[in-house]
Amino acid sequence: MTARIGVVTFPGTLDDRDALRAARLAGAEPVSLWHRDKDLKQVDAVVLAGGFSYGDYLRAGAISRFSPVMESIIEQAKAGMPVLGICNGFQILTEAHLLPGAMLRNNHLHFICRDQKLRVENAETAWTSDYVQGQEIEVPLKNMDGRYVADERTLDELEAEGRVAFRYLDMNPNGSLRDIAGITNAAGNVVGLMPHPEHAVEPLVGTGKTDGLGFFTSILKKLVNA
Amino acid sequence: MARVVVDVMLKPEILDPQGQAVQRALPRLGFAGIADVRQGKRFELEVEGPVDDAALARIHEMAETFLANTVIEDFIVKVES
Amino acid sequence: MSLDTVKHASETPDSEQPWKELGLKEDEYARIREILGRRPTGAELAMYSVMWSEHCSYKSSKVHLKQFGEKVPENDAMLVGIGENAGVVDVGQGYAVTFKVESHNHPSYIEPYQGAATGVGGIVRDILAMGARPVAVVDPLRFGAADHPDTKRVLPGVVAGIGGYGNCLGLPNIGGEVVFDSCYQGNPLVNAGCIGVMKHEDIHLAKASGPGNKVILYGARTGGDGIGGVSVLASETFDDTKPTKRPAVQVGDPFQEKLLIECTLEIFKEKLVAGIQDLGGAGLSCATSELASAGSGGMRVDLEKVHLRDATLSPEEILMSESQERMCAIVEPEHVDRFLEICEKWDVIAVVIGEVTDGERLEIFWHGEQIVDVPPRSVAHEGPTYHRPFARPEWQDALQADDAGKLPRPQDGAELKDQVLKLVSSPNQASKSWITDQYDRFVQGNTVLAQPEDAGMVRIDEETNLGVAMATDGNGRYAKLDPYTGAQLALAEAYRNVAASGAKPLAISDCLNFGSPEDPAVMWQFAEATRGLADGCLQLGTPVTGGNVSLYNQTGETAIHPTPVVAVLGVIDDVNRRTPIAFAEEGQLLYLLGDTREEFGGSAWSEVIHQHLGGMPPAVDLDREKLLGEILISASRDGMIDAAHDLSDGGLVQAVVESCLRGGNGARLVVPEGLDAFTFLFSESAGRAVVAVPRSEELRFTDMCGARGLPATRIGVVDGDAVDVQGEFTLSLAELREAHEATIPALLA
Repeated sequence: MTARIGVVTFPGTLDDRDALRAARLAGAEPVSLWHRDKDLKQVDAVVLAGGFSYGDYLRAGAISRFSPVMESIIEQAKAGMPVLGICNGFQILTEAHLLPGAMLRNNHLHFICRDQKLRVENAETAWTSDYVQGQEIEVPLKNMDGRYVADERTLDELEAEGRVAFRYLDMNPNGSLRDIAGITNAAGNVVGLMPHPEHAVEPLVGTGKTDGLGFFTSILKKLVNA
Repeated sequence: MARVVVDVMLKPEILDPQGQAVQRALPRLGFAGIADVRQGKRFELEVEGPVDDAALARIHEMAETFLANTVIEDFIVKVES
Repeated sequence: MSLDTVKHASETPDSEQPWKELGLKEDEYARIREILGRRPTGAELAMYSVMWSEHCSYKSSKVHLKQFGEKVPENDAMLVGIGENAGVVDVGQGYAVTFKVESHNHPSYIEPYQGAATGVGGIVRDILAMGARPVAVVDPLRFGAADHPDTKRVLPGVVAGIGGYGNCLGLPNIGGEVVFDSCYQGNPLVNAGCIGVMKHEDIHLAKASGPGNKVILYGARTGGDGIGGVSVLASETFDDTKPTKRPAVQVGDPFQEKLLIECTLEIFKEKLVAGIQDLGGAGLSCATSELASAGSGGMRVDLEKVHLRDATLSPEEILMSESQERMCAIVEPEHVDRFLEICEKWDVIAVVIGEVTDGERLEIFWHGEQIVDVPPRSVAHEGPTYHRPFARPEWQDALQADDAGKLPRPQDGAELKDQVLKLVSSPNQASKSWITDQYDRFVQGNTVLAQPEDAGMVRIDEETNLGVAMATDGNGRYAKLDPYTGAQLALAEAYRNVAASGAKPLAISDCLNFGSPEDPAVMWQFAEATRGLADGCLQLGTPVTGGNVSLYNQTGETAIHPTPVVAVLGVIDDVNRRTPIAFAEEGQLLYLLGDTREEFGGSAWSEVIHQHLGGMPPAVDLDREKLLGEILISASRDGMIDAAHDLSDGGLVQAVVESCLRGGNGARLVVPEGLDAFTFLFSESAGRAVVAVPRSEELRFTDMCGARGLPATRIGVVDGDAVDVQGEFTLSLAELREAHEATIPALLA
């Protein structure tokens, strides 16, 4: 018994194959989803992968957010289906208002690619239950528009409700407010983060660590045990 | 304080991938009838002192050397009230 | 508005034509008239002028380049050789790899961001056109002095352009170089390489055969990009309407290119194309004439069908346009519908613009009127050949006599320490992570090694762990001292870097950056470098699969250093066996492989400490390089070494510092008998590497080196948190890290 994890390909999505591979390595059945199809092919969860959908033109994620597949995903996410947005996927989730806040250009104005330390602040979401609260993990970070911003009230609310899911450790690579690397919705089924757990699932490639596999094993356990 | 606006646009003959991507997305969102979209930058400058010819000349120079890349971009300087 | 048709040209043989403005020589224009038996039309003149240009025809360089086809080593890995968009080599398990390095030097000086971006785009399409999925890019870059104000304009723009385009395409950037030298002031070298992978049966060639097959142009719409000189023609032909202004700079659209890649790969997968060509320099002129020339010869094109971004373009301009992100495919009629369907799926514009004919002419029409009627070979493959005069420059002897060995050397440990710090913090030897961190090295999830490793390495099969590695190297200082040796040193270094990573070198691509071929001294440098490279490849058994020549890199009378850049491609059966540079385990033994001599000509030490360039570059022994390579590969395969770092510019101390910083461990070094500390640390003798050997493997490793006749000298151990040279000096890792990592951000950030 396994679960079907869908990964959406928008025009310009780059890390879809990586996310499919990560789902497979975790033991799930990976399913490709296409931006023009409303049909989610009976998947149990969806990953919006990284990349530059629509070239990041207008604003990162702004055009993808209106694609047919997103109509279904927004509807299902509101009904509780787990959705993980990585990097560009996180940007799409904020543009779609499934998660609060927005992503702006890095404060140093450069693309940055590095091995990034994170602290797992919330180990109770659908995507983080295989971690323990406070656990430190290292996964690649690579983005141009990664500076998380929201108004003070929203930030306070996120903090108070434990919805800051990940925080940058050692250095804040993009000027994100309160070192926020990722957040969750109140229900814990929709999670978005800038760093790339799908690039840290095999000892040989990427950073050489497997700290990112937990996202995919977390969701699998949750779905299989459900 | 007076405000001077500098609008910077890609020159008409230069490809604007951003504008094209936006234009192609419009019909899908139900906005018909837009033949072309070009995207630019707007700078709002709060000027200390009077906006006289000398000040405008300085702003012009600033736009030409710094705000716009005149290899690929044009600019317009406008005085707002 | 009058159209210069073939008919009109025949009727007006004496019309004056702007052949001179288009860069043609008088005898070249006469030859065109002879080929056609009449004066060319404006469109034909435009085609010949651009296809016979230096850039497209290699007219100055090809008499020298032909050595690469003549001195071909025995190498059964070669599947497709020189002449196609890119060469293809067999890497086993049914896989083939195609790779190439190209230059985009001049455009990157004019508009650094777009120049570099479109350079990446062009090389990626070259690789795609061979039928391969692009899997990685590399970028060898050269700029003027690091502290020159213009470098601060050019470098950040180039780096952002490479990142902005490459990152958006989803291609990991796994290597390259960044070199500063005032000789590149005003002439930065922006070279870009790409690696692509395919199955043997998927190799596609640029040829148009099969009469009745359709010619499909797909990708971006055509605008007035890069047509500069041809506007002369437009203004002549369209006497009553002045053409609108044509862009001086081409803007790349990486999003469009990403769609083009995915769309093309899906088209390949369904085996829908009979031939394919990317549109690069000379645009449709090049693509149609090359496709027709390599095929059966006949093609008819209806130019008004081309989708335009700028409706005012004249037919001549459409033919010349260098708008980016376009491809041209030859498709059998029964596959056309499916082809167009896939393009539609990916939002890629595609249109049938013509068909392959059973004739022998390339015929181009504009609203039914014929404007081109030429034998395609005469345009694409039978351009002029120059035998430019070349002569060893008078100053070469004096330069070589100015021996770097006579420069004052450090006298004691304190001075050595000071010079080591100066070396590792100098712009050329300092960490380039501020630059390379702006490139995505992780995308696609197959990156095994990336900068600052000796070679970049990607896995190409997840089941078997088959991988490929690539290193690019060049040293203009060495080549200036002796172009023949300098070219071989570039080859040897890239070869050594690939072997140090554990991969077996298979083949090379090159990017030959030189000054003006009209200067006999530059032409001599070019002739010597190509001869050195061809001889070297023959000896190492690594054929040249293709490459690129960039001439006229000079300002006034002053040419850049001759800069042949060599990319070596290697294969590794199991990427688990790769060798990183990091000294990761304390207690491991450090061995220096190869012979160290007093060789300082062109060295980093002579540059950093004495701002000196003179003498002879290090001697090359390619048989030794081969042996060293074999040892490094065997040691990697059999688990005898945990780290390896090639020795090149900066010598042993530079390599040890990099490996220590990468691994977060120090090293205790002992100067071996027979060497002084200075030579030990700073010499740049070729054919050397430093390796970290686990104690349990020491005997097996030294036995192997002994049996094969490779000198292996134990020079120390991985230990502590400092680099300590016994009896000379100690430098803490913290101090070294600060020195090594602060320089580039301080200059450029």
